Amino acid sequence: MSTALTDVTLLARLRAALPGRVAPPQVAHAEALLPGRTLQLQARDWASAAAALATFGARFSALWIDHGVRPWQGLALFADGGDYLLLHAELDSPNPALPSLTPHFAGAARSERGWHDLLGVDFVGHPDPRRWLRHQAWGEHEFPLAAPTQPPARTPADTTYPFTRVAGGAVHEVAVGPIHAGTIEPGHFRFATVGEQALQLELRLGYVHRGVQRIACGRDAAGLLRLAARVSGDSAVAHAWAAAMALEHAAGVTPPARALALRAVLAERERVANHLGDAGGIANDVGFSFAHVQFGALRERWQRRSAELFGHRLLFDVLTPGGVRVDVDAAAIASLRADHIALRAVLRPLIDIVLDHPSLDDRLVGTGVLSAGDARALGCLGYVARASGQDLDVRRDAPYAPYDHLGVRVPVYTQGDVVARLRVRLDEIGIALDLLDALLADLSAGATMVTWAAPAGGGTGLGIVEGWRGETVAYVRLDALGRVACYAPRDPGVMNWPALERLLPGNIIPDFPVCNKSINGSYAGHDL
Amino acid sequence: MLRILNRIARTGKLTEPLDTSASLEALGITVQRTLDARFAGSLAIRHIDAGSCNGCELEVQALGNPYHDLERFGIHFVASPRHADALLVTGVVTRHMQAALLDAWQAMAAPHLLIAAGDCACDGGEFGCSYASLGAVENVLPVDVRIPGCPPTPAVLLRGLLAALGRAR
Repeated sequence: MSTALTDVTLLARLRAALPGRVAPPQVAHAEALLPGRTLQLQARDWASAAAALATFGARFSALWIDHGVRPWQGLALFADGGDYLLLHAELDSPNPALPSLTPHFAGAARSERGWHDLLGVDFVGHPDPRRWLRHQAWGEHEFPLAAPTQPPARTPADTTYPFTRVAGGAVHEVAVGPIHAGTIEPGHFRFATVGEQALQLELRLGYVHRGVQRIACGRDAAGLLRLAARVSGDSAVAHAWAAAMALEHAAGVTPPARALALRAVLAERERVANHLGDAGGIANDVGFSFAHVQFGALRERWQRRSAELFGHRLLFDVLTPGGVRVDVDAAAIASLRADHIALRAVLRPLIDIVLDHPSLDDRLVGTGVLSAGDARALGCLGYVARASGQDLDVRRDAPYAPYDHLGVRVPVYTQGDVVARLRVRLDEIGIALDLLDALLADLSAGATMVTWAAPAGGGTGLGIVEGWRGETVAYVRLDALGRVACYAPRDPGVMNWPALERLLPGNIIPDFPVCNKSINGSYAGHDL
Repeated sequence: MLRILNRIARTGKLTEPLDTSASLEALGITVQRTLDARFAGSLAIRHIDAGSCNGCELEVQALGNPYHDLERFGIHFVASPRHADALLVTGVVTRHMQAALLDAWQAMAAPHLLIAAGDCACDGGEFGCSYASLGAVENVLPVDVRIPGCPPTPAVLLRGLLAALGRAR
């Protein structure tokens, strides 16, 4: 499947596929956009490039419009294993347009609708003209990131969204949200059902669109990291690390080895905390409160240790441009290793119970199956992809320090059901504990940060890390004064949300909560 | 089943006594009503994320874990605003959540209480006002109790909620 081993990069293959239509290599900023190899194209060649990439089996990863510079720049990130290719095209100024990637990559559909809503970029050939991130506060030709707008004092409810209808005498619709029954984020789910069985699910997101891209503009590097930690609070380290990596690439700053190792410690702690919480949450959604309570207690203890040692239960604001704000001494390392031993000892019998409990099997096995084909077509990430046969993990495929010195094991299952997504999480807790032990055993001495200096004359950078939810991407443009001119984060939830629509049909409505929890997309990370 | 019972027995009771040492004034709480009489010692809460990063949600969820066990104080979360005494709002109020938030508030029976939890809900926090965000909850609805923090820890949330109940001391 992967062509990276044959040393034929997407870039080389695409150059061969598009003779004469590829601009000479752009050396400016090429380093900063690593690990992506940038290929500059005319906007009109965007679709042929996408078509060729689809035939190569490339994975669509992210799309964003750099609107911090004129003319706007369209950027689309593709991957094949650890080989990243960045398509780059300048947009026309009065009428910004790009051919749609969606006919070739289904996972690009909502990203394109979102960028159309915010900037008015016309994605020519997009099959779905409906609004996505822009609800009812703006007129048809008002694009809030492109020009100042005057929304009404009270935004009307988004009640007229044209959901895809399912016809038939016995079919009825169930509307859920934006406010859900539990303590979770808002979004709307529209089910078409016959009896208890779901025929179709359609998502309507965007309710927590806060304007992250606009709020980022004008911030300094430290301010950007504060915002990045709050793109999706459960992924504070992942988004802050991706943004810090982008900033550091842009500025040519390399954090000390100890800082990078500590970032990995924080990222793995975030992974363990979330997987513990999700394992309990999945059990809770099928009424197995024993496991919910047990995993909830483990997560709470883990978070308390994060607060004691790193100053924050959810590890907000522990990264800084050029390093980290935290450090560990010998006593802390010893106590962390004792934590890991204790957690392993408690988890082993608990996992045995969870994976060998008939009434739990009855609800989880064979529920919410995402096929390998759908996972690949949508570009799913993280545990969702790995439970459906997609063997991918940035830490192994395009390793960044300190993972380039660590062997990262990647659990892959092929069943694609809820229990497979649970198993990936449970395996990853153990793998993360091993990584944490390895990181702490071999922690370089030295500083935890270098002085941050913004690049003279500005710059751009890309950061790609494997967060607990999957590949997390950030693109940053700094202006000549070192202030953020464009910040485009891509949460892995963006790529995983559509999987919920694919896997639900055929399941019963009462299994929706556990299906949803097993995907656990971030609303905030999606809506921005 | 024996394994489960064995684990439960070995886990024991994790729930902690409440730490009441911190001064409630330091938490920035203003109790505007005498709640004991009105809510008869029990508070039903409907939570709404009006534009949070989901950090506050994680900590509100943690109130239910065995260490905190919120329900022992007579405080519980309910699914409908019609069943709720208090609305617990996290996050800034996005334009897209404005109508839903106002509708939920409208649906509640009086007397009702509005609790803003987290820096975003209290003062706009890291997001503040933007084309997409109306900022703090008080820009949209009258707020009775503020529980600051980014996010407020479960202990801080708990003390804030108890203060709202008027029985923390």
